[in-house]
Amino acid sequence: MEILVCVRRVPDTSENEIELNRAGDDIERDELVYSINEPDNYAVEEALQIVARVGGNVTVATVGGDDDEEILRREMAMGANHGVLIADAAFNGSDGRGIATILKAFVQKGHYDLILTGVQAEDGGAQVGGMLAALLDYPFASLVNSIEVLEGKKLKISREIEGGNKEMNEIDLPCVLSIQTGINEPRYVGMRGIRQVAAVPIPTFGASDLGLGASVVGEAAAKVHRVDYFIPALGKGAEILHGTREENIDKVLELVAAKGGLK
Amino acid sequence: MARIFTYIVHKGGVVDDSAFELAASARKIDAATSPTAILTGWGADLDVACNALRASYAEIWKIANEALAYPNAELVRKALLKVLPSNSIVLLPHQHFGMDLAPGLSIKTDSAFVSDVLEIAGVVGADLNVVRQEFGGQVSAHVRCDISSGAVVTIRPAAFKPLECPPISGAVIDKSSDVGALVSGRRYLETVAAEAGDVDITKYNVLVSIGRGIQEKENVAIAQELADAMGAAVSCSRPVVDAKWMEKSRQVGSSGKTVKPKVYLACGISGSFQHLAGIKGSPFLIAINKNPKAPIFQAADVGIVDDILEFLPELTSKVREMRTVATK
Repeated sequence: MEILVCVRRVPDTSENEIELNRAGDDIERDELVYSINEPDNYAVEEALQIVARVGGNVTVATVGGDDDEEILRREMAMGANHGVLIADAAFNGSDGRGIATILKAFVQKGHYDLILTGVQAEDGGAQVGGMLAALLDYPFASLVNSIEVLEGKKLKISREIEGGNKEMNEIDLPCVLSIQTGINEPRYVGMRGIRQVAAVPIPTFGASDLGLGASVVGEAAAKVHRVDYFIPALGKGAEILHGTREENIDKVLELVAAKGGLK
Repeated sequence: MARIFTYIVHKGGVVDDSAFELAASARKIDAATSPTAILTGWGADLDVACNALRASYAEIWKIANEALAYPNAELVRKALLKVLPSNSIVLLPHQHFGMDLAPGLSIKTDSAFVSDVLEIAGVVGADLNVVRQEFGGQVSAHVRCDISSGAVVTIRPAAFKPLECPPISGAVIDKSSDVGALVSGRRYLETVAAEAGDVDITKYNVLVSIGRGIQEKENVAIAQELADAMGAAVSCSRPVVDAKWMEKSRQVGSSGKTVKPKVYLACGISGSFQHLAGIKGSPFLIAINKNPKAPIFQAADVGIVDDILEFLPELTSKVREMRTVATK
């Protein structure tokens, strides 16, 4: 099975306190710790496990810039066979549809049976996978949390729905799936593994390689634009306890008891 | 102004709360509008759901089709494409079904797509102006969206309060004959219910709930010791389950359990809206988190900026001390 996993490098929200820059048009990016978008990492692991069972290759691709090579190498160190950087100044300012259009053009350069994305990235858009599927006229399923390869170019998948229930589906290949976190346990990648793939060439595809013009990608084609970032005016919010740890503990116990929690 | 449609999620004849939240959000797009509800489904349940909306929607479009007895998003999309006028604005709830349907629908209707909208400022010219969150809710963004060729917008559950309007007597319009046969490369098989765990977290008055801040599996014991001392149970947020540190049955949130404790101690939990959606009944919420910007402090009653790995063991000793004194 030939599997393409679309990945993205994002500021790691568990490692960073996100703040605005002085102009307020972006977040302050100078000191941020970046990593692969967490659901994308689960998608790569899932692709590797599928290939280990039924054979094939895993390609990881990202639409981004030179800095994004590091996550491609990280995923190659996990075991992905190929990494591809899709980069061009003409892609800047693309909205979700623009990114999906770029990926569609890339997909049509190859032959993939299965395309995986993470369920969502740091912007919470949860959009590119479903858009890519619609552009390709492939079936799509979101929030996938298990995949079983069946005979006859089909998969049996489950989707995570409300209350932890699972919606079981059969889906024809080729298809696009967005992968939910927790589907597997992504393998550990050490520095040694990353060093081993450090010299592997990573091909770059630009707008002209993919036959994409400014009418379909980039700022000019985008219908959706982020105007600015802001920190919302705080609501009531929590009463923050500023005491010493011991004082805070006493206060917590007092409150828990008052609310009927300690009997 | 383009016509606004709301896609109504329903199950067993019961309409989801989002039906009324979407109507409220539609009025933020166009105060003069009367949005049209669209329901897909099959059989008596569909008719019951359509009728339940007549008091609040002037027009309800019903699409009855046996293939839509279960809402397979791929089939629903094909059905909607048969009935939606061009340039429509379609609103859906941002939950598992909306996430499944909406992005592809926006491509096929050639319209703009914005997801997980929290607030709507209104329309200026061809632009719809909305507010979203990014980076796990740490930062908000103003987003401008060109709706001249229509839009598909998913709305965050509970972000809009249903409007209080006097009941009306809306009309159900049957659009089923416009749809025809529906097939898709994705076929629904069955729904498998979540497994019951060793501990039923919905039965406890106090929950010691842990998030990513617990850092590793061995540290779950720190929370368990506190819970044991307090007569509470340990619950958790999604990252703890993803990392396989606790069973899925312990997860609080829209994809986990819905709990109604008296006291909820959120320990090292950032506070995503999906997690908060699982906490009902307005418990007294105490948040302990190292990050003073964690969104949980917006939802909590009392907050403590501290490291849970140091705070919780000391809290446990204090509880034990109190108990010993009390029994003497």
